[in-house]
Amino acid sequence: MITLQHFLIIGISLFSIGLTTVIIKKNAILVLLGIELMLNGANVNLIGFSTNDPQIQGQIFSLFVIVVAAAEAVVALAIVVRVYQYFNTSNVDEPKELKG
Amino acid sequence: MSTIIFFLPFILIYTIFAVYGERKISAFIQDRYGPMEVGKYGWYQTVADLLKLIQKEDIVPKKASKKLFLIAPVIIFTSIFCGFVVLPITSSWEGTLTQNGVYFLLAIVSLDVVGILMAGWGANSKYSLLGALRSVAQIISYEIPVTLSVLCVIMISQSLNLQEISYQQGILINAFPDMENVKNYLFGISALNIDVTNWGGVFTWNIFRAPVLIPVFIIYFISTLAESNRAPFDLPEAESELVAGFHTEYSGFRWAIIMLSEYGMMLLVALLGVILFLGSWNTPLPNIGNIMLANWTTGEPETIAGNLWSVFWLLSKALMWIAVQMWVRWTYPRLRIDQLMSLSWKYLTPFAMFLIFVSGLWRLLMI
Amino acid sequence: MNWMTTIFYFFGAITVLSALGILFTRNVLHATFLLMLSFFSVAGIYVLGNASFIGVTQLLIYVGGILILMVFGLMLTTKLNGKALVTENHNRLIGVLLGTVFFSILSYIIIFSANFEMLKSNKTLPENAVEFIGINLMSNYLIPFEIAAILLLVALIGAAVISEKRKEKQE
Repeated sequence: MITLQHFLIIGISLFSIGLTTVIIKKNAILVLLGIELMLNGANVNLIGFSTNDPQIQGQIFSLFVIVVAAAEAVVALAIVVRVYQYFNTSNVDEPKELKG
Repeated sequence: MSTIIFFLPFILIYTIFAVYGERKISAFIQDRYGPMEVGKYGWYQTVADLLKLIQKEDIVPKKASKKLFLIAPVIIFTSIFCGFVVLPITSSWEGTLTQNGVYFLLAIVSLDVVGILMAGWGANSKYSLLGALRSVAQIISYEIPVTLSVLCVIMISQSLNLQEISYQQGILINAFPDMENVKNYLFGISALNIDVTNWGGVFTWNIFRAPVLIPVFIIYFISTLAESNRAPFDLPEAESELVAGFHTEYSGFRWAIIMLSEYGMMLLVALLGVILFLGSWNTPLPNIGNIMLANWTTGEPETIAGNLWSVFWLLSKALMWIAVQMWVRWTYPRLRIDQLMSLSWKYLTPFAMFLIFVSGLWRLLMI
Repeated sequence: MNWMTTIFYFFGAITVLSALGILFTRNVLHATFLLMLSFFSVAGIYVLGNASFIGVTQLLIYVGGILILMVFGLMLTTKLNGKALVTENHNRLIGVLLGTVFFSILSYIIIFSANFEMLKSNKTLPENAVEFIGINLMSNYLIPFEIAAILLLVALIGAAVISEKRKEKQE
C-alpha cells in the first residue's frame, strides 16, 4: 500500500537536495538544475495529496507548476547565455560589477 | 504491455527486409540491379551484412566520454521502442496506457533527442557534435508540426485512446463501449444526412470522415519524414559534409542499433499515421448494397478471422507508407539547413495552427 | 508488500539516488543526464499516484523540453576544448547544513507528528482523468489557464529578445 507519507518523503528529499545544489554549485546551469529539482519535489507533494481528492485539484495545480517551470527555465537560460557572452563565464560568483 | 511480444521480433524482421527493400527500390529508381550476389536476387544480403556487423570490433574512441558514448544507442533505441507499446494491433489486441495513448507516444519519442545529444557529445568528434546539434534542432523544430497535426485528429475524434480512434473509423464503431449510438456521416457533415456507418471502408476513414484532415495528413507526412531523419531532410547525416552525423564514431553492433532505431522510427510514424488518418486496422473496401465487402474483410472482434484481417490491413498500410518514404528519399535532393528550418517554422507550423481552428469548426458540423 | 509498493520503492530510490548524484558529481554533463533519470522516475511515481496524465506531461515537458534546453545552454556557455566540463563548489558547509536540517525537520514532522487521519477515507478518483482535467481547465480553471498561456508567450518573446545577438557599437 502506497501511503501519503511515501510521496511526501520523496518530495522533501528532492526539495532538500535541490536546495543544497542551488547553494553549493558555482555553475549557473547547475543552479538551474537545483531549482528544477525543488519544483519537482513540490509537484510530488501535490500528486501525493491528490490521490485522496475526488476533484484531483493537485494534478491540475501541478500542470500549472510545470508550465511555470518551463517558462522560468527558458528565461533563466537566456539570461545565462547573455551573461556568458558579456562576462565570458557561467559561474554565478564571478560577475560582480554590481557589487557595491 | 502484451503488444511488446509482437513488436520486438517484428521490428527485427521488418528491418532486415526494409534494408533489402530500400536497396532494391533505390536500385530500381536509379536504373541498376542492387544486391544480386548473396542468394537469389540478393535475398540474403542484409542477413550477411548483419552477421558481418555483429562480428566487428566495438570501438570506443580514446578521448570519448566512455559512459555517455556506450549508453547513447541504447537510449535512442529504447525511447523509440517504448513508443510501440501504446499502438493497437488488432480489433481486440490493444496497447497499454490506453487513456493517454497518443500523448505518451509523442512524449516518449522525443526522448531520443537525449540519446542523440549523448552520442554526439560523448564521441568528442567535431562531425558527431555538429551532426547531433543539427539533428536535435531539426527534431525539436519538427516535433511542433507533428504534435499540432496529431492534435487536429484528436479534436475530430475526441479521444487520446488509439483503440477508440481505430474503432471510430470503420463498421465496428458501435461495438466500442460508450459509442453504441454514434453515427458516421459522409464527410462528417451531419446536415447532408447521408449515414455511412454501415458502408464502412474508405468512407469512414478519418481523411474521409473529416476532409479537413487531408492537408493535416500532408503536414504529418512531411514532418515525420524530418522527425525520422529521412531524406530529403537527412541533414544530420549529410555524407558530403558530416561523414555520418552523430553516429560517425560508432562501429559494429552499436551502429546496428542506431540503424535499427532509425528504421523503427519509420515504422512507428507509419503505424501512427495509419491509425490516425488511414483507417487503422479497418478495411478499405466498403459495403456496396448486398455485396458486404467491408463485413467480409473485417470479421468480428475477438475471433481469429477478425484478428487476422485487422493485423493484415494495419501492417500492409504501414508497409505501403514506408515504401512511399523510400520512394521520396530516392527522388528528392537534400534541403539546405536554413530551408529546412524555414519550412518548419514559417510554413508548416502556422498552417497547422490554422488547421486546428478549422478542425474545431468541422467538429461542430459533425455533431 | 505488493508489487505496486515495490515498484514505488524502486522509482523512489532511483529518484533520490540520481538527485544525490547531481549533488556529488563534478561533471556538469553527467549532472544533466542524471537529472533526466531523476525526472524520468518522478514520472513513474506520478503514474503510480494515479496521475498518468501528469506523468506523461512530465516526460514531454521536463525531459523532452527543459532538459534539452539545459544541454543546449551548457553547450553555448562552455568552450569546447576536449576536456571534461567540471564545476566547483562553494558555500559547502552552509549548503549541506541547511539541506540536512531542512530534511530532518520535515521528515520528523511527516513521520511522527503530522496527522493525516482526515485524508484516509476512501474516495474514488474520476474514472477518466484526462477528460476530467480537460473539462476543468476549460471551466473552473479557465483564468489560470489563460494566464499560463500569456506567461508562456511572454517567456517566449522575452527569451528571444534577451538572447538576441546585438551589434556592438564600434566608433
